[in-house]
Amino acid sequence: MTDAVKPTVQTTLVNLTIDNVPVQAPKGTLVVDAAKRAGIDIPVFCYHPKMKPVGMCRMCLVDIGLPAVDRATGKVQTDPQGHPVINFGKALQTGCTVEVAEGMVVVGYTEKVQKARQDVVEFLLTSHPLDCPICDKGGECPLQNLTMAHGSSDSRFIFDEKIKLAKHVPLGELIYLDRERCIQCARCTRFQDEIADDPVIGFEARGRSLQIVTYSEPGFDSIWSGNTTDICPVGALTTSDFRFGARPWELQASASICTHCPVGCNTTLNTRREAKAGGEMVVKRVMPRQNEDVNEIWLCDKGRFAHHYAAKDDGRLTRPLVRKDGKLVATTWEKALALVAEKFDAAGRGLLTLAGGKLTNEDFYHLAGLARARGGKAVLDSRMAGGDLTAQVGLSAGSNLVALGAGDAVLVIASDLEEEAPLWWLRVKQAAERGVTVVVANPRRTKLDRHATHTLRYDYGYEAALVTALIGSFSPKRADLPAAVQALIRNKDVKDAGQVIAQANNLIVFYGSDGTGLAESTALARACANLLIGTGHVGRANNGLVAVWDKANAQGGWDMGLRPSADLAADLGAAKVAYIVAADPAGDSPALAEAVNAAEFVVVQDIRLSATAELADVVLPAAAFTERDGTFTSGERRVQRLHPAVPAYAGLRGDFAVTAQIAARLGLAQEKLLATKVFNQIAASVPAYAGLSIAALSEVREQWPVIGRGDVYYGGTTYDNKQGLGVQLPVSGDSPALTFEQPAEPVKVKGLKAVAVTRLYDRGTTVTPSTVLGTRLPQTFIVLSVEDADKMKIEPGQKVKATLNGVTAEAEARIDNSLAKGVVLAPRSLGLAIDSPCEITVKK
Amino acid sequence: MAQSRGEEEMSTVKGSHILLRHRDKPALSTFEGYVKDGGFKTWKQVVTKMTPEAVVNEVFDSGLRGRGGAGFPTGLKWRFIDKNNWPHYVVVNADESEPGTFKDREIMEKNPYQFLEGVMLTAYAVNANRAYIYLRGEFWRLAAELDKQIARLHKEKLLGKKLFGKDYELELYTHLGAGAYICGEETALLESLEGKLGQPRLRPPFPPTFGLYGKPTIVNNVETLANVPLILEKGAKWYRKFGTEKSPGTKIFSLSGRVVKPGNYELPLGTTYGELIMEHGGGIIDGRQIKAIMSAGASSSLIVANDKALATPMDYENVPSLGAQLGSASIIVIDETVDLKWLVDKTVHFFKHESCGKCTPCREGTYWMNNITHRILHGEAEQKDVDLLKDVAVNMKGKCLCALGEFATEAVVSSIERFPNDFKLKTAAKAVAGELKVTHD
Amino acid sequence: MNALQTKYAKDIKAILAKYPEDEKRSAVMPLLYVAQREGGYVSRQDLADIAEIIEVTPTEVASIVGFYTLYHDKPEGQYRVQVCNDLPCAMRGADAFLQGVCENLGIEVGETTKDGLVRVEAVMCLAACDKAPMFQVQDCENITYYEEQTVDSTIKLVEKWRKAGAKKK
Ligand SMILES: Cc1cc2nc3c(=O)[nH]c(=O)nc-3n(C[C@H](O)[C@H](O)[C@H](O)COP(=O)(O)O)c2cc1C
Ligand code: SF4
Ligand code: FES
Repeated sequence: MTDAVKPTVQTTLVNLTIDNVPVQAPKGTLVVDAAKRAGIDIPVFCYHPKMKPVGMCRMCLVDIGLPAVDRATGKVQTDPQGHPVINFGKALQTGCTVEVAEGMVVVGYTEKVQKARQDVVEFLLTSHPLDCPICDKGGECPLQNLTMAHGSSDSRFIFDEKIKLAKHVPLGELIYLDRERCIQCARCTRFQDEIADDPVIGFEARGRSLQIVTYSEPGFDSIWSGNTTDICPVGALTTSDFRFGARPWELQASASICTHCPVGCNTTLNTRREAKAGGEMVVKRVMPRQNEDVNEIWLCDKGRFAHHYAAKDDGRLTRPLVRKDGKLVATTWEKALALVAEKFDAAGRGLLTLAGGKLTNEDFYHLAGLARARGGKAVLDSRMAGGDLTAQVGLSAGSNLVALGAGDAVLVIASDLEEEAPLWWLRVKQAAERGVTVVVANPRRTKLDRHATHTLRYDYGYEAALVTALIGSFSPKRADLPAAVQALIRNKDVKDAGQVIAQANNLIVFYGSDGTGLAESTALARACANLLIGTGHVGRANNGLVAVWDKANAQGGWDMGLRPSADLAADLGAAKVAYIVAADPAGDSPALAEAVNAAEFVVVQDIRLSATAELADVVLPAAAFTERDGTFTSGERRVQRLHPAVPAYAGLRGDFAVTAQIAARLGLAQEKLLATKVFNQIAASVPAYAGLSIAALSEVREQWPVIGRGDVYYGGTTYDNKQGLGVQLPVSGDSPALTFEQPAEPVKVKGLKAVAVTRLYDRGTTVTPSTVLGTRLPQTFIVLSVEDADKMKIEPGQKVKATLNGVTAEAEARIDNSLAKGVVLAPRSLGLAIDSPCEITVKK
Repeated sequence: MAQSRGEEEMSTVKGSHILLRHRDKPALSTFEGYVKDGGFKTWKQVVTKMTPEAVVNEVFDSGLRGRGGAGFPTGLKWRFIDKNNWPHYVVVNADESEPGTFKDREIMEKNPYQFLEGVMLTAYAVNANRAYIYLRGEFWRLAAELDKQIARLHKEKLLGKKLFGKDYELELYTHLGAGAYICGEETALLESLEGKLGQPRLRPPFPPTFGLYGKPTIVNNVETLANVPLILEKGAKWYRKFGTEKSPGTKIFSLSGRVVKPGNYELPLGTTYGELIMEHGGGIIDGRQIKAIMSAGASSSLIVANDKALATPMDYENVPSLGAQLGSASIIVIDETVDLKWLVDKTVHFFKHESCGKCTPCREGTYWMNNITHRILHGEAEQKDVDLLKDVAVNMKGKCLCALGEFATEAVVSSIERFPNDFKLKTAAKAVAGELKVTHD
Repeated sequence: MNALQTKYAKDIKAILAKYPEDEKRSAVMPLLYVAQREGGYVSRQDLADIAEIIEVTPTEVASIVGFYTLYHDKPEGQYRVQVCNDLPCAMRGADAFLQGVCENLGIEVGETTKDGLVRVEAVMCLAACDKAPMFQVQDCENITYYEEQTVDSTIKLVEKWRKAGAKKK
């Protein structure tokens, strides 16, 4: 990252002129960035404001002069008119590599500079094909634009001598390379190396033969790969999802929020009306939308490619269904709602509402309201705890990971951050590169270890104990703490980490659910809150607790009053009516499927026929996130709005509206038309959201780097954010006292202990409908330690039988040499269901 | 000191040997022979009695300039090393890949211990405990020999920990390149040594502040460092007795092309082209007429070989008056039978082959130029293609990331400008290069 | 330990010892030479093995193979005869020499003899311009210079290899 990107606090401003315009820029700013900020275009290809300058394309050549300084006096020499004398160098310089200086004069309009640009464009075009009319980048291509601006009209290069190269090279399943179009700017390879830390693409050969290749197996298989297509300044890299899908100028754009993880990346949904979809509007691609506080200009591949679950295909529910003679058959809304209302009425306090974590705040608000009015229970479908604590000691308003620097600290515990919340991994990694102390505590190796200043290992089940030990390392020892904690306190690594955490100016704690169930998560969240309180890192910006939620809007669910159930199976089994919205307990685990079956009456509300829906008595279809309005609250407690991109099927509405219709039949008035109205009610009644308005969510301010402004060479094709940066909620202000809790004893099992972990690419309902990701989705697998695998003579890749909670499944064995003996990892949503640590048997 | 080294060579040979002393004393190539001649006394003297600063000062005063091409004052470069950032490294540029250059190889093969002593003294001067000798991959056997010689120095306790009981340690390592001219460019060399693509870095920062592994590093050419032992033994003043005021010392001129006696000639800087080519080199093959001189290998512009040129002293200050550079002083002699269309095609082909591809003008320009030279050479070009060729070369100038791109244009532009007759395409150009047949790939 | 490590454990250890501990990547070039001892080229498996040793991706290792001319990704001839026909050598008969050698072997520049014994390549300056015509021979073990050669002396050398090869069999 260049200095210009950092919102440095102590900035000295320098004065210079660019094309005769007086410009002020912070010291350390590169000339091209200073120009860009001032609205003056210096063309670039290889330079990208998020990466270190390399000065290789030579497109940004400008004439740069500095004031002549009298050696003797140290004063700037002046001419008879009193103007400073400016010395220009003999050669032009690359504006992307030179930092601004006081009195500098940058000139880009002279014939010399214009000629140089023309020369460079001409050089580039000697090899570049002129296939703009059929290029995916046509219309949003920097080279095309710069050729118009700087190129000469006729070609001096003999057409027959143009290099002929392969045009459809799959670098992986998701990304294609057109070798002829590549201009060797290295943006893609530098992105993978510098930003994604996954250098699986690179240059091969040299000179004019230089080309992008991959020799990794499997190919360009990086969860960040889609971003390279945004920053590739030509149409050399395209996604298999969008390639030849449409021309950029035919697309419409609507702002949205990614629904896959708690980061809440801002996105733009590009849509088009398609004949093949019967004249319907179709989402053609998901693009990142700039929000420097959240996802900057990036998006992970899950966010980019796993949007098809919302598509209008045969799998979508369009009409209500009721069970008749054991079969689900279509019915009218009127009949379905009447039946549901009748059952709700009869259920009384026996109503159980189970809501999935990717619903909007408005949905949660109505669901919680309805449950409260009926005296029923509103359960959040989640195995994580602590949403109440994040509301108390979470990130305070005005926080931004980018603001952390040397002297600050981040603790990541029980999370494989890159898999659970990719963008946070990226931003924590970059924080580490800026000198932030990054403590990573996890029972096994995760990718963040590479960037950690301190790596702490503990055994699964001891996560809360570890955090307690961190507190113990700087506060007076508590003799009554269990021996395990005492031992951890004596560990030097823990002690060192505890010291730096205690002394950090700012501290952010991320806790995830690697190997935890609800009980462990509850203990962990409390311990983390205590750590923050104990070190005084609460109630100020850039400090606080962040839950790496298992679902995108779990925080919103907590804020609206929903809570996870300590025993979901029991709750479901005992329900008179189970109202299951956007959750699929039956798909998650056989035990829960049984519980769903045991419930007296089951109403499922979803967009597709899930395993749970197949067991339901009534199925109510709802609109998908692409079709609706609403707000999400991210793990950083930023409230952000999504907008409808395509119209819903006739008669389908957002979940809140369906709930409101049920409520109406029960005599409860809920807003059933406008999500924004519901949002206003939230703002009026949920304390943390007090005073919020749609207008506030829609506010934007200028962001850096500048995206858009007619050119696409700076940030790439990421969308400019005109729809709002969202609002970070304040913390409650309650400053609870440090309580020293006795961490519970970890679950003990006789044989192997299975713990659940999260993988980015799972086989959940929001992923599998996206066939483009198909090859990336692993089959069911478990991970064994080296010792256990050796003992059982199991080779990596071998098929094994794993028995869990009485259910046996076939799984592929993988081996992780950082895993402790006796532990087996069972990835969530990959076919082996486990809620909390339990015994597993593995057989060949 | 009983037998003062160098003194007697000075009197016996006109081209006083400071570097190619093995030509007078073949025994120098063995450890015993070198030690018998007084070798490594300076090393001991320096480590036990001199401060690093004093060493730097002596070399600074000698006026020694880098022999790798740019002629940068060596002592001044050493002074630039960042003393607030550690560790320091010394990296020897033994990539010797400029067409027409073969001097470093002779030094390392025949006078290796003097070279190694030079490296060691340099490391001491800049407080480095590790020095890497980056050899072009083709110097495979030479590297193996150097490894043995380094092992011997270890055995003799001239390298390693606690040298001469002092708190100074030094390790030398060889590192083989693998066939890439660009790795002679010092920052590309460092990238290559770090295990990355051999592509040049942006400068500044320069290696003395940001070098190997991002640490302060001194990169010097083999010949440069081979001077150091004698400078320290005999002093800066002695060294300045050779050469000129601005270009002190002797220089090895690699002489190749159409001369009777090609080879390395160590002569004081300031010796004229005429003396080198006509006297030492024995004149032109078959008594033919000299046509042009390339002063710095394939990277140089072509000097019209008239009387003025032949009378010009070969030193850093006078060669530029001929529109050329001293560079690595690899003199390629071109006679009347050589068609410069052929020559330009050869040089352009070389640079196309060696362009690393990092920056646009060089990558595309060398490729484009080579297409045109190919057509010109094969009679498929029109006169305007000659203009286009020159224009492409001119357009590359001043726009490339490193000097290679600039080098690639020198022969093209100077040939077309200074030898216009060779580029008049009246009839379809036939490949005429004396009796040489032209091949092209 | 992967195949390469097992086979050349001692050499690899010595190579790694040359570079600072956290700069293992520097060892990529010498390790590639080690890999080439087997068959004279770097295999896909070697890429993965080296990548594992120095903790980079196979792609990064492949980039290095592609950048330098002395690494090869295919087995092409037991002996690579690399004739310098760069400017200085060409002015002393290198092109004619190269042509002569090829004609004698019945191949074109850049081709390998049918028996897979010799491949003739034209290469850039080898720092032996005063000793033209000259070439270097790259085989699995070594790179060796042959200076001031004639077509005859070169063909004799090839014959010698041929005999040695036949004897081995
Ligand atoms: C394209 C290019 C190739 C070079 N090749 C060599 C080389 O083969 N050997 C060398 O010593 N210097 C070479 N140089 C010069 C080096 O960059 C550098 O100036 C030199 O190693 C510094 O050492 P010195 O000060 O002792 O001359 C080359 C420079 C360029 C731009
Ligand atoms: S593929 Fe695109 S981003 Fe990558 S080097 Fe080529 S032009 Fe640049
Ligand atoms: S060199 Fe400056 S943008 Fe590429």
